[in-house]
Amino acid sequence: MRKIAIAVSLTVFIAFLIAAAFLIHPFGSPPSQMDDYIIENAQRETGANNAVTAVVFDYRGYDTLGEATILFTAVVGVVMLFRKERRG
Amino acid sequence: MMSKIVRTMSNFLILVVLVYGLYIIMHGHSTPGGGFQGGAVVASGVALLIVAFGSHSIHENLKEHHLSILKSTGLLIFIGLAFGGMARTFFYNFLVGSPIFGHIPPLGPNPGEMLSGGVIPLMDIGVSLNVAGGLSAILLVMALAITATEVEE
Repeated sequence: MRKIAIAVSLTVFIAFLIAAAFLIHPFGSPPSQMDDYIIENAQRETGANNAVTAVVFDYRGYDTLGEATILFTAVVGVVMLFRKERRG
Repeated sequence: MMSKIVRTMSNFLILVVLVYGLYIIMHGHSTPGGGFQGGAVVASGVALLIVAFGSHSIHENLKEHHLSILKSTGLLIFIGLAFGGMARTFFYNFLVGSPIFGHIPPLGPNPGEMLSGGVIPLMDIGVSLNVAGGLSAILLVMALAITATEVEE
């Protein structure tokens, strides 16, 4: 019974992998036009040569805010874990 | 505390590491890099110092609450600049076209300019303060905790 379940789930998983390999987009034609927009307009709209930085700090600023907050929370947690005990 | 050779070399290397980190931070808007990467390089300089000189002699000059203030200031700079564009939207790049970092480079490949990018270089500085202060605080606090348990045992 357990072997049958493993075989069925493995078959389904491999079928999904093969289907994904055949349904992938052809090289150079992504499904959205967002990257073309960023390549053409990032320098004019943000003034930054580095389009990656333009995306990280301007177009997707919320994402960077979340990353910075995650790091802040992690540091606060570690410092709180290793703080010195004060008695009395 | 390591040998005198290691201490002398790290005295020299810390300058190189810090200058490289500052270069990565300040050129984040024109070359690969940015606040996160440059802050990590600066924190690796602090790790070099902790390994070479021992955490207690570093702790005499570099307290973890100062590093915590540094990281909170960085996050406040970042969020404040994000709120600065509130006239249009949150995270609007309101400094493009202004005299501060406002020069717009020509479209396509160009040598890159320091005073371009709007709020992006300033946000890089804020995020780098956050990352460098936070990672250095983690390294320092953990190194101190390890030496404290060794003494107790």
